[in-house]
Amino acid sequence: MEKLISEFSLGLFFWQSAIFIGLLLLLRKFAWKPILNAVNEREDSIKNALDSAEQARIQLENLQSENQRLLKEARKEKEILIKEALKTKNQIIDDAKKEALNQTEKILSQAQETIQSEKRAALKELKNQVGSIAIDIAEKVINKELENKDKQMNLVNDLLKATDFK
Amino acid sequence: MLYMLKKANAIALYMFAFFLTSIPSLAKETQPGKDLKTEIKKYISHHLEDAHDFSLFSFTNNIGKHVYVGIPLPVILWDEGLKVFSSSKLNHGEGVAEVGSSYYKLEHGKIYRTGPEGRINYDKNNHPTNKLPIDLSITKGVVSMLIIAFLMFFLFASLAKSYKENHGIPKGIGRFFEPIVLYVRDEIARPNIGEKKYSYYMNFLLTVFFFIWFLNLLGLTPLGVNVTGNIAVTFGLALLTFLVTNLTGTKTYWFHILDPLGNSMKWYSKIPLYIILIPIELLGIFIKPFSLLIRLYANMQAGHIVLMSLIGLMFIFKSWLGSPLSFGLAFAISIIELLVALLQAYIFTMLSALYFGFAAEDHEHH
Repeated sequence: MEKLISEFSLGLFFWQSAIFIGLLLLLRKFAWKPILNAVNEREDSIKNALDSAEQARIQLENLQSENQRLLKEARKEKEILIKEALKTKNQIIDDAKKEALNQTEKILSQAQETIQSEKRAALKELKNQVGSIAIDIAEKVINKELENKDKQMNLVNDLLKATDFK
Repeated sequence: MLYMLKKANAIALYMFAFFLTSIPSLAKETQPGKDLKTEIKKYISHHLEDAHDFSLFSFTNNIGKHVYVGIPLPVILWDEGLKVFSSSKLNHGEGVAEVGSSYYKLEHGKIYRTGPEGRINYDKNNHPTNKLPIDLSITKGVVSMLIIAFLMFFLFASLAKSYKENHGIPKGIGRFFEPIVLYVRDEIARPNIGEKKYSYYMNFLLTVFFFIWFLNLLGLTPLGVNVTGNIAVTFGLALLTFLVTNLTGTKTYWFHILDPLGNSMKWYSKIPLYIILIPIELLGIFIKPFSLLIRLYANMQAGHIVLMSLIGLMFIFKSWLGSPLSFGLAFAISIIELLVALLQAYIFTMLSALYFGFAAEDHEHH
């Protein structure tokens, strides 16, 4: 211990403290602070980069699943559309057929009606014609036959018998 | 890779220069009739001490005079006024320096005031009775510390600058030192002090770690400096740890010291215990940094003694078996010392951080 104390040099202690404290202050300003700040900044930026990469990954995943979902939906919709289109097509065809049939029937019935009415008109005309012809004949006959009263009567009866009216 | 290279470089340099420096000084200083062992012992103890000049080696020339090769350093004394002169005037204790009207002589590493004839008087305990002026000289140790301080400043300032220039990525030698800075932060400061307060202590911890480590490494070079093995230096470092610990101590820290049992006991039953406990706790405040200063001092001192003794063995054995053996041992010890240089810096920083952790504790856990 005595040796230690006798070895102790005040001058060296003084200079050591002065140099060390001076060095400490200088290094604090010019070295440690900028070094630690730079390292911290770097670590933060690395951490941020990793975080944002992770986020981007998650977003991408979300996007992909969203895409998948949309694709599935689109496919489903397409199927529905196709189904509907088929249905519409069949309906249109059916409708058209039905319509055509209706139209035909209508035209047919109209034609028949026309035929019937034409026929009736023709018959009426014919009746009139026959009536007037009969009257003409009757007139001539009457003119001739009426000379004889029996004969007149017979004739009228014969004529009436011969003419079958409907 | 760089570390390995550095290690290899240091070893190579070390060995090369030891052959250059130690051998001539040891071999040539040995005079016939003198005991070689005491010579070596004296040389080692001389090396372990601080010196007033930066001597690289010395030898005895052919007229029997000591010749020192090195750089003289300024001597600064406070002895009724400031006295500044070159250490070459002291001539390694062999001359008397005349400064103004005063005379100074170097004796066992200390400068005493003497008369013009340079006589040193001793009391009966063999202590010099001459006046000891306040010695603030720029000694070998101070120069070494200045070199390391400049080195550290330029190293870490350039590392800090390279971040700005290179978008947050270090360049060059900073690539080697950045992981060490991060290690101090993540493995020493953070776990011991806690996430909340560690940044306040980072300046001190980083500076002390690299300061001790670099000085330890400089001590392994053949320049023969032994700064961290000097009690005044380790005392200064430990004193700073002590001051930082106690000046930043929180209320919790002082409660732990003055009221270590807390609320676990009634106050009257604590009195007899506290008569013993509180003095122990108070003593602990001083013992903690004291253990720091002794540990660093003793480890570095011991390393230097072992290494130099093993090298000294070569000159004692002087045989084809002994010298290679002691060389091999010295080589192995040098490699271990490289590890010790780092380890001691780590331990000092680690324990400082631990003490700061106690001081910075903020929560109650009774």
